[in-house]
Amino acid sequence: MSAIFVLIVLQLIGESIVQVSGLPVPGAIIGLILLYAILLLRGEISDEMSRTSGFLLQNLGVLFVPAGVGVIAYLPMIATQWLLILAVLLVSVCATIAITGLVVARLSPRGIETVEAVARS
Amino acid sequence: MSADRFVSGLEFLGATPLLWLSLTLGAYLAATVVNERCYRTPLLNPTLLAIALVVVVLTATGTSYKRYFDGAQFVHFLLGPAIVAMAVPLYRHTEIIRKSAGALFGALVIGSVTAILSSVLVARSLGGDRELWLSMAPKSATAAISMAISGRIGGIPALTAVLTISTGITGACLASYVLRLAGVREWHARGFAMGLCSHGIATARAFQENEIAGTFAGLAMALNGIATAALVPLIIKLLDRAG
Repeated sequence: MSAIFVLIVLQLIGESIVQVSGLPVPGAIIGLILLYAILLLRGEISDEMSRTSGFLLQNLGVLFVPAGVGVIAYLPMIATQWLLILAVLLVSVCATIAITGLVVARLSPRGIETVEAVARS
Repeated sequence: MSADRFVSGLEFLGATPLLWLSLTLGAYLAATVVNERCYRTPLLNPTLLAIALVVVVLTATGTSYKRYFDGAQFVHFLLGPAIVAMAVPLYRHTEIIRKSAGALFGALVIGSVTAILSSVLVARSLGGDRELWLSMAPKSATAAISMAISGRIGGIPALTAVLTISTGITGACLASYVLRLAGVREWHARGFAMGLCSHGIATARAFQENEIAGTFAGLAMALNGIATAALVPLIIKLLDRAG
């Protein structure tokens, strides 16, 4: 219980900071920074916080469903140009993912966990 | 049971948030089962399948989106606490972030420029009109940010919302194949690429592959929100000057 309380209260504090300061950042991001600072100060993650955050992040996909359904209502907007849009999506998504991934991989030092390391274990 | 009671029963069901909550969670569960049956292929993304299923049910029952969202908003609401919760894996993997900070910064700038330029240039070369490619430029940033940028530069925010969600789903479906072809094996690089290009929906996918991948996807999503807001107006100005 206390972990979900902490997450919600930190978001509340984050939203309040955004309201007062007018920072152009979502309140949840401020909440994230606050929780990170708390973890740094405490030097450890409680079991419960570890489990709660793991649960939320493992099921992140379902949280996008309600907003995603709303967007589909706009699909007729792109009906006349769907082929062009599909082409743009395929090219830009493939190019962006490949280039970004290659830049990180080539410029990072060796020794960071790879796909094979998990497959072997 | 009389017909009257049956009708009032249906009205009750439509009005209680429980029905739309159940539909949302049930659709996602069903989507997860289908995905697992199909050897967890990323092509059958559970978020995409669940959205499609809910849309079919809403259309078939003539339910308005507002009514659905009034009930399902409890699920939507958890996005905030989930973002706060990302501090936990970020803290756990701080060492990798520190070690690869330079690489991440370079990839952020190059990746963000690639995302913006590739969409604008391909859309223009295929004959898309100005409003369309302006709406496309910020589509790799998370929806709230991309819609705000779109409105500021003369795009159509609602169109940008559709393009943004589509970019998220396309990335979640294709990332594994693209990264395998490109030979990118480090989890942090894979995650960073997914989150930068395809924000939250691909971040959800990355967390299911590996915790390091998910962590770096979340980090990239946050950083690319800022980078896209800074770079889109600049790139549009340069393109306009170049003609």
